[in-house]
This record gives sequence, C-alpha cells and structure tokens, in this order.
Amino acid sequence: MFKETPWVRRKFAVERLVASLFALMAAAMIVPLLLVVAHLFWQAWPSLSWEFISAFPRNNLKEGGIYPAIYGTFLMVAISLAITAPIGILAAVYLNEYARDSWFTRIVNLAVVNLAGVPSIVHALFGVGAFVWITGRPCILAASMTLGIMTLPVIIASTKQSLAAVPMAFREACWNVGASRWQTIRTIVLPNSISGILTGVILQVSRAAGETAPILFTGAVFFRRELPQSPLDQSMSLSMHLFSIATQGGQVPLSIQYGTAVVLLGLVMAFNLGSIVLRIYFRTRKKW
Amino acid sequence: MHMERGVEVTDLSIWYGQKLVLKNVSLFANRGEILGVIGPSNSGKSSLLKCINRTLEFIPRARVEGSVRVEGLDVSAYSAHSLRRKVGMVFPLPVGLPLSIYENVAFAPRMAGIHRKVVLDELVERCLRQSALWDEVKDRLGMLGSKLSGGQQQRLTIARALSHEPEVLCLDEFSIAVDPVTTMRIEDVLTDLKKSITIILVTNLVQQARRLADRVAFINDGKLVEFDLTDTIYGEHPREKLTFDYVRGHFG
Repeated sequence: MFKETPWVRRKFAVERLVASLFALMAAAMIVPLLLVVAHLFWQAWPSLSWEFISAFPRNNLKEGGIYPAIYGTFLMVAISLAITAPIGILAAVYLNEYARDSWFTRIVNLAVVNLAGVPSIVHALFGVGAFVWITGRPCILAASMTLGIMTLPVIIASTKQSLAAVPMAFREACWNVGASRWQTIRTIVLPNSISGILTGVILQVSRAAGETAPILFTGAVFFRRELPQSPLDQSMSLSMHLFSIATQGGQVPLSIQYGTAVVLLGLVMAFNLGSIVLRIYFRTRKKW
Repeated sequence: MHMERGVEVTDLSIWYGQKLVLKNVSLFANRGEILGVIGPSNSGKSSLLKCINRTLEFIPRARVEGSVRVEGLDVSAYSAHSLRRKVGMVFPLPVGLPLSIYENVAFAPRMAGIHRKVVLDELVERCLRQSALWDEVKDRLGMLGSKLSGGQQQRLTIARALSHEPEVLCLDEFSIAVDPVTTMRIEDVLTDLKKSITIILVTNLVQQARRLADRVAFINDGKLVEFDLTDTIYGEHPREKLTFDYVRGHFG
C-alpha cells in the first residue's frame, strides 16, 4: 500500500496552503465590488424612485429626476456604437484575415496600439479640434465620435483576438476545397468568433457610457431644459451630470448624487449582463 | 497505350527561405492510375503536394521553381479557387469543419454556388458512400462532424475532398489516424476511384504503396531517388540500391 512519507505529507500541506492563499486573493475581488454597491445603494436610497429616472431635474438640480441625462448617455453611446462597431470589426477582419506582414499593416497595428494608450482627456482635446470643428459646435454627434475614437482601438484589438482564436486548420480546410477568403470568413470564421467579438464591443460600450472627459467639451452640457431633438444638439449625460453635481460644493443633496451614480453603475452593469447573455447564447452554438 | 497525364511535375525545386527542401523533381501521375510517393519523413513529400494545389503560397518565404501541370495546364494558369476545386486534398490529421456531417460535405459545392437541396442531398450521399462512411452516419447527418471518431473524421475529410468532384485526389498519409480495418476500406475506395480520376498517395507505409500504386516515386532527402512502375521499384532489380534497401526496410 501507498505509504505517506514525511516528504509527501509536507507536499500536501504546502499544496493546501498555496491553494487557499490563491482562493483568498480571488475572493478578495468580490469585497470591493460589494462594498461599493452597498455603499452607493445605502446613500442613494432616499432619492431612488420611478420619478428619479423618468423626470427632469427641478429647482436647480436639487430635486426631481435625471431622465435627460440617462437619455443623453444612451444616445451618445448608441451613436458611437453605430459608428465604431462596423469600422472596428471590419478593420480587424482585414488585419487578421487578409493583411500580410508589410510596412502598411505594421503602421496600422502600431497606430492601434498607440491609440489605445492615449488618455481620455487627450481624446477630448482631439475631439474639440476635429469633430467639434467639423460640426461647428459641441453636439451629441461630436461627443459620440470622440467616444468612438477612444473605444475603436480596443474594439479592433479584441476583435482581432477573437478571430485569431479560430484554429488556422479550419481556414486551410476551407481554402483546400476552393472557398475564397471571404466565403471562409463568412461561413466559418465569423460564426465561430462572433461571441468574443460582441463581448469585446459591449465591454467598450459600457466603458464609453462611464467616461466623462471625452464628452466634457464636445457635446455634454451641465443642464438643458428639453431633450435633444437631433444629434446636432447638445445633451446632458449621466457621467457629466454626476461630475457637475458632485463638484458643486454640497448644494445638491447627497442622495441625488449617489442616485445618479447608482443609475450609471446600473446602466454599465446592464450592458455587461447583456454581453454575458450574448456570450452564453453564442457559446451554445459554437461548434468545436 | 497513351495515358492521359493527370499531374506532371517537371524540374520542381522548393525552398523554404534558404533551405532547399525539394530538388529538381520530375514525375507524373496518369489518369486512371495511383501514383505512390514514398520516402522517410521530412523528405519533401508533403511540400510536393502543396505545390499541386498551390497551398504552398500560404507558407511565408516559400519559393518554387519548375513547373507543375494539372490536366495539361500549368497550375499558375488556373485561379487558385478553380485549381483547388480540381485537386482534392486529404491530410494526415482530419480537420472536421465546425459544421454538421452533412454541411461538411456540402460545404465545397455550396461555395461553388450549388444550393438546390435535391442536388446537394444526392451529392452528399454519393460522396459519403464513396468514402465508405454513409452506412455509419446516414441516420445522423445533422450531428457535428467533430463528434465522429478519428477514423470516421478522416473518411469525412475524404468525402469532403470528393465533394467538389476533383480530377486529382492527393492523400497525404491519410492512414496515420485511422485503424487498420478502416484503412483497408479506404484503400478499396481508392482502388475503385482511380478508374475515373488521378490519385497521388503520399505514404510512410511502404507496403501500402505497393498494394495500391501503379507507379511509385521514392523521394529521399529532397531528391527523387527513383520513379518507376511499382513492380520494378519493389522487384529484385530497381535501378538504385537505395530503393532496394528502403522498400525492404534496411534503411531509414
């Protein structure tokens, strides 16, 4: 029979110690999230109501709801997504499926990496110089495009990664029976990478929803009496709203500030939840 | 008797970067015959096949000299897609596309613009019968191809290679992942198929080439050692001593 030597006993002891250390660190990840969420809800509770998310602010933002800010954030993110998702995905398909290693693709890849590293406030200044200059004044469209420039490189990078995860052997098998590159992409590569692609895109959407700097000078306003009528109007937004009421020196009730944060967090989490659902849906259809 | 040349290779040399992997190889495969290509691993046999359907182009820094003709026409005269439809390829390890059994076989015809269900149904059944797989899968054509066993997957890739009705069928050590019984069944299939098309069979199994091939090319270290009728290669007096030793297992 197998006999436990002291050496083996020690090995198992170390194993248990190490494993529980790792598990502890993993569990530590949950703590800050729970604390943040609990604290936010605790502070925001008095002002959370249906009116809060469906009404306009009143009395110099000290009462009423934040509906126009929710509306504005939603609009900005939706437009930015409509612009960047197609560009980002198509660019990534080109880079991963078509491009050969050349000076052109090297420059593009370098641009993608560097663009991803630019701080959001610099994107904001670029947005002012480029998009606001084109549209003539700060507006939702300019803000959306600025958000788009910020999220685009990450969308390209994550899409490329999802495409690269599809085994090369599948492509070769397709090419060997005479399928063109596009046929291969359409029938084999995209269907098997779409869950990863969408996850990457949606994570960027939730990031865009939370950013303040890029929309600060390009389209978001402190207060507006009516909803934007077109993408060329300015609009309130959640992140901007939170930023302004939180820096107003205690004039706006704390529960409204926290309430805004809860709504923003809820929106981001809803997006993330959506990405998880999508991923599960497509995972079940994945074929290998 | 004049035989029609399915594939004709003339003075073919292949480099990967600076490395010469195939040197001045000339051989041919007739329609209605099986050409067996034997030789140790790494001798350049697979690279030769990749020239025939021009998939060598996917390998960075690969370079080719000489000519390869398929059905009398230089491979560069075809578009890559039409060439690859003319040449069926089966590789050592089966790659089931992430599709159902049916769609794996229907894939190539679909990509070539055939969409009528009646036509596809008929074609799928014929190819699966030809590859000796039909009886085992006919009741579960909707199942994922990758759920089949290794030997079944290899027959599925053979069915797929036949689905675009190739004039030339190249098999690269198809029996590596296949059990002996299935191997025998596929060999029967090949003997049957050679009546209508040209078959090139690259194999490590010296006896497999002897059983199946009409002509045999022995490639060693990138060079064509000998190319002759099977009976001569395996007989008492092949032209080269190296061939004699190799087919008797005295070498390699």
